[in-house]
Amino acid sequence: MTAKISYDEVEVGTELPGQSFPVTRETLVRYAGASGDFNPIHWNEKFAKEVGLPDVIAHGMFTMASAIRVVTDWVGDPAAVAEYGVRFTKPVVVPNDDKGALIEVSAKVGAKLDDEARTVRVDLTAVSNDQKVLGRSRAVVRLA
Amino acid sequence: MPLDESYVGRAYPPTEPYEVGREKIREFAEAIGETNGVYTDPTAARALGHPDVIAPPTFVFSISYRAAHQVIHDPQLGLDYNRVVHGDQAFSYVRPVRAGDCLSVTSTIESVRTMAGNDILVVRGDVHDKSGELVVTARTMLVARGADGK
Repeated sequence: MTAKISYDEVEVGTELPGQSFPVTRETLVRYAGASGDFNPIHWNEKFAKEVGLPDVIAHGMFTMASAIRVVTDWVGDPAAVAEYGVRFTKPVVVPNDDKGALIEVSAKVGAKLDDEARTVRVDLTAVSNDQKVLGRSRAVVRLA
Repeated sequence: MPLDESYVGRAYPPTEPYEVGREKIREFAEAIGETNGVYTDPTAARALGHPDVIAPPTFVFSISYRAAHQVIHDPQLGLDYNRVVHGDQAFSYVRPVRAGDCLSVTSTIESVRTMAGNDILVVRGDVHDKSGELVVTARTMLVARGADGK
């Protein structure tokens, strides 16, 4: 594991560079194939509406995969992530137009956990269409 | 009918090994828009000290969730799969999943409770490599919505 961020150079409140992730129907079809999750709520508008959703929604695991990129891009080596957890609070609704949806992720250091293990807790916020789509989104990261 | 809390602790037999391939990792990385070479380029992965390309942190969910189907479809447990939504997901990593891994998952029912008419089930998947070492633990919280109302 080769983290490029040093434990000593961060403090509680240090912000990680935020990122925005566009999601279109094509994104969801690709993710369905790569992940093996073919639930029709992620690609079939008629089905999604029949089960009470406003439209096709993104895979929660796609949102989870996107959000942690803010951490892995910051720290360099994804192996630095020791723990990662989220709650799926709201769906990311993906309309069938040329724009789709946007997942905006911000993150900051929420706690310095262990001076010897050099671990910090990073708190993530993921927003789409002005709604928080992840809750309790946290990662424990081992820094250099 | 609420789920039977006596199922807490029930463990399921380990799954047949899943062989992690470089190209499957590449496909997954591209699907989430990743450009970090540690997922696709063995040289870049080795430069960070990994023996081969590693998988993005959430890649293992495809494997652990497939294993959790043993629980979800356990007729004795009686979960109504049509009412199930994914509430929470967490991973604890011992090391990253990497190309060449042969991973087997042991699923255990970690908790069962009923809240506001919804059944809430936490399934823990312990993912081991072929030498038996723990690689990652996945915790999946599933919510089966009450039959009458949302």
